[in-house]
Amino acid sequence: MTDIVTTSANEPAAFNERVMAPLTHTGRAFWIWTAALLVLVAAGFGAYAKQVHDGLAVTGMSDTVIWGVYISNFVFFSGLSMAGTFISAILRMTGADWRRPLTRFSELTTVAALTMCAIMPAVDMGRPDRLWHLIVYGRLESPLVWDIIVIPTYLTASLIYLFLFLIPDSAMLRDRLGPTASRPKRVLYSLAAVRWNGSEGQRKRLERAGTLMMVIIIPIGVATHSVVSWIFGMTYRSGWDSTIFAPYFVVGALYSGTAMLITLMYIFRRFYKLEAYLTEQHFKYLATLMVVFGIMYLYFTFAEYLTISYKLESSDNFLLSELFFGRYAVLVWTGFFGGQVLPVALAAIPRTRTIPLLVVASVLANVGMWIKRFTIVVPSLSLPLLPYKWGVYTPTAAEILITLASFAGFALIITIFTKLFPIISVWEMEEGWAEEAEAEAEHPHRPSPLQQQPGGVAP
Amino acid sequence: MPENADRPTAPSVGQNDRVRAKQLTRRRILGGIGVAAAMGATGIVPIAGRLVGVGEPAAAAAGTGTKRQWAMAIDLRKCEGCVTIGKPPQCVEGCNAEHFVPEGQSWIQVLEIEGPGGHKSFMPRLCMECENAPCTKVCPVGATYHNDQGIVLINHDRCIGCRMCMAACPYAVRRFNWGEPDNPPGATLAKYSPEYPVPHRKGTVEKCMTCAHRVKDGKLPACASACPMFAIYLGDLTEDVATNGKEIVKFSRFLDENGGYRLKEELGTKPRVWYIPGHGQDSGHTVDTEIPLKPSRSWEEQGATLSADGKPQHDHGN
Repeated sequence: MTDIVTTSANEPAAFNERVMAPLTHTGRAFWIWTAALLVLVAAGFGAYAKQVHDGLAVTGMSDTVIWGVYISNFVFFSGLSMAGTFISAILRMTGADWRRPLTRFSELTTVAALTMCAIMPAVDMGRPDRLWHLIVYGRLESPLVWDIIVIPTYLTASLIYLFLFLIPDSAMLRDRLGPTASRPKRVLYSLAAVRWNGSEGQRKRLERAGTLMMVIIIPIGVATHSVVSWIFGMTYRSGWDSTIFAPYFVVGALYSGTAMLITLMYIFRRFYKLEAYLTEQHFKYLATLMVVFGIMYLYFTFAEYLTISYKLESSDNFLLSELFFGRYAVLVWTGFFGGQVLPVALAAIPRTRTIPLLVVASVLANVGMWIKRFTIVVPSLSLPLLPYKWGVYTPTAAEILITLASFAGFALIITIFTKLFPIISVWEMEEGWAEEAEAEAEHPHRPSPLQQQPGGVAP
Repeated sequence: MPENADRPTAPSVGQNDRVRAKQLTRRRILGGIGVAAAMGATGIVPIAGRLVGVGEPAAAAAGTGTKRQWAMAIDLRKCEGCVTIGKPPQCVEGCNAEHFVPEGQSWIQVLEIEGPGGHKSFMPRLCMECENAPCTKVCPVGATYHNDQGIVLINHDRCIGCRMCMAACPYAVRRFNWGEPDNPPGATLAKYSPEYPVPHRKGTVEKCMTCAHRVKDGKLPACASACPMFAIYLGDLTEDVATNGKEIVKFSRFLDENGGYRLKEELGTKPRVWYIPGHGQDSGHTVDTEIPLKPSRSWEEQGATLSADGKPQHDHGN
């Protein structure tokens, strides 16, 4: 087994310098990238302004296909948000030491994706001016209200979780960058540090609060993806009327979220030069998780479609013919082979478990999962419920612009964060090295905790 | 007002299915006498003498009248999709004119159904006014609800336009105002209520609502009065009677004797619209004929005739 952290970079000082570099030095590429994201977000706002003015008539939706890419994006972002906090919490709980460089950006991914996920239903609303009705008149019987309750809860919990494990680093930033940083940053760091001084008592309390949040956040994460699926599962429509929809969505979310972590890990490694800390081994560990979730997802897909295609109730028959052989066939098979089978194979076969191919697999997985969400939302709506005509749906420019803007917004949140806080948790890395040194001192011949993989998820 | 010693036995149809009175807000809109008067005034045959004094004793004593539970029956033996008279379906026309149904919507749809022998017939699809309504269950803000006469209404001042109800409706009854709906002058003058949702509002859901504003005044729904074949019956499950404007039938017996059925019975939504199956009558309609369904928008062609209260005149043949 290769070392997670190479010996030369093991020096905390070298690590510190490397991980702090993005906070103090900003190159031109960063500004170009941020400007491009801002342009996309602005275009999305423009399209949304038009939509507010003219109504949802600017979209391709109709009385038959009542939901389109907005709801697909909603499901997609909720999926992306799943893995981050969830994986971070599970790895912390099981004490997997290789988690240390991954936790920070995992938690960040959840917060960014969940923010976009929460915006999407509001964008889809015919009367966004009446958003407050949900609070004043909200009915617990409605699956939509379950989402309105659970998603902000998950977002709040994820923010708290991100914030908790950020406290020691904020204190470090306050002390190190405080004197030179601009005033808003100084205020931010000193607020986020909540008077952290690293005392034994504070560490204990942080650990206790962190453990509590881990325990809380896992069921909330599962609940989030369950209630998202029940928006569909609580209806009579073919393709949605399924008892396995909640676990199906949870597993799909874990799969696409893990893939997104691989993609993001590559981007950080590449652009912030963190090769020494985000190693090939980390890619392989995450790839293993992706394979596990991917195979579970394939299994659910198989179970879902076998049961309805075996019986072939007439409406299921209509739906399946269109999905497998009809107008959605290209999308469905592209999503299935390109987004599920191929990425899982690339991540599972030892020869292809290289960083470049894993990045390809992770991107394909998410493209495939977006397609999958689209082919869950749209075909079931196009299906005639009585002897009606088939519904037709093609996204319009406004919908595409808003979709692009939502992805840009997701990237923008992450980008801005990387300029304010280290993308790898500094204190957790240092804690790991300290434990390693301690173990080395006590038992010179035992392998270090970093080489042991107590998490049980290691291959 | 006589005590209802001769109160008819509870109707077999809808007895188990009936929305329990206790589930509904006990807003008693109707005075039985008022209904009788209104029905008489509009030329609809008063539904026997039973209208008076048949409410629950307490209600009758208080003079608040009967709790109607509206239902519909559509006799597909009579429906010819109006192809035989060479016009767009008159029920759709009547509905459009009554509600100024926005451009691009049709609250009633006349579907073509095919028999096992290839025979074509027609089926007007109204709102089923389900008792176990999937749409009211999923509404996040309670904007769609049953009124105390079992009609599913929409409060367009509350609707947030999430379209969850449209996803839930297994009959695809609901329509959405995707843009700013065209409200002709007549519609603009109307006074909005959930029972008569005119003028129409952008970003909210619309649907057939059994002409709640008409039936409460003892009039037939616009589709029923517009139907030249008298194929559409309005029934009251409390009284177990139904009328198409021409004849009065005992609702339960009418359905029993003619094989009444409901759409997608197996879903358990308990619709309140029954169909009497067609029996292979030849409407002269062939498979390839397009139904001349494009509704003429009568208020545009003739100019809307408005009554004093700003509502359109609705005289469609009764």
